Amino acid sequence: MIHAIAFYLFAFMVIASAVLVITSRNPVHSVLWLILAFFNAAGLMVLVGAEFIAMLLVIVYVGAVAVLFLFVVMMLDIDFAELRSGFVKNFPLGIAIAIVLLAELVLGAGAYKAGALKLGTPDGTATPLPGESNIESIGALLYGQYLFLFETAGIILLVAMVGAIALTYRGRKMQRPQNVTKQVRRRPEEAVVNTNPGVGQGIEL
Amino acid sequence: MIGIEHYVVVSSILFVLGVLGIFINRKNVIVVLMAIELILLAVNINLVAFSAFLQDLTGQIFAMFVLTVAAGEAAIGLAILVIYFRDRGTIAVDDVNRMKG
Repeated sequence: MIHAIAFYLFAFMVIASAVLVITSRNPVHSVLWLILAFFNAAGLMVLVGAEFIAMLLVIVYVGAVAVLFLFVVMMLDIDFAELRSGFVKNFPLGIAIAIVLLAELVLGAGAYKAGALKLGTPDGTATPLPGESNIESIGALLYGQYLFLFETAGIILLVAMVGAIALTYRGRKMQRPQNVTKQVRRRPEEAVVNTNPGVGQGIEL
Repeated sequence: MIGIEHYVVVSSILFVLGVLGIFINRKNVIVVLMAIELILLAVNINLVAFSAFLQDLTGQIFAMFVLTVAAGEAAIGLAILVIYFRDRGTIAVDDVNRMKG
């Protein structure tokens, strides 16, 4: 019973926030609704016992991606009213495509419920370890069978980081770096001049 | 009783909302990126639900990889957005035709 209540609460909240993400006028509000959607999706995942992925979702999305979105939305000075001018024009086409897509997905889910196609049998290599928690089972799998994929994921993140920095880095303006060659090549003859000017006479530099 | 169908329906609705968001916010590329995040979230819910349903952790592992790619995509997408804004002073993607040739 409590499961059903929790599921319907999380499901309703996730869908309501998703609707508000795509319809709210201000992108800052969209980002905040996106955060709520991710929190509730994490709740849905906790319900089926995938605590690790749920926490990862909260950490990665709420902690990093949502803040990145907020930062960019607030950093760019944009007239958002102008950007929404195509909203009404694109709405009918969007709704039509959404209805077609939803019909396809419902049909697919119904066909699945009628009995899954047997495309093969699970080989049992990735079943949860008996008596272990979700995170321990995932760790055993991730650092064993999927080690190379895991390291590839790390490389993808590194490439993304390098790419983002390289794209947005502008270099420091008004920089006056030390020119070592020029300093070393200076000779006393061209740097120091001894003069003995008379009183009232200037010197020529 | 909550079954796998409930999860599939929720993630289907979320996926469709993401696609709809791309269509109705065509001009505002920031909201388009957020709609893509919604689509990837729907995929993740599906993967995790089937992982629990089939008692096979591969789904959760793949949800993690989807998460990784989504984070990288958001970072690169927003970086491109920032340099585009610097260059043009607008992010209206309707008139992006510089590479028309």
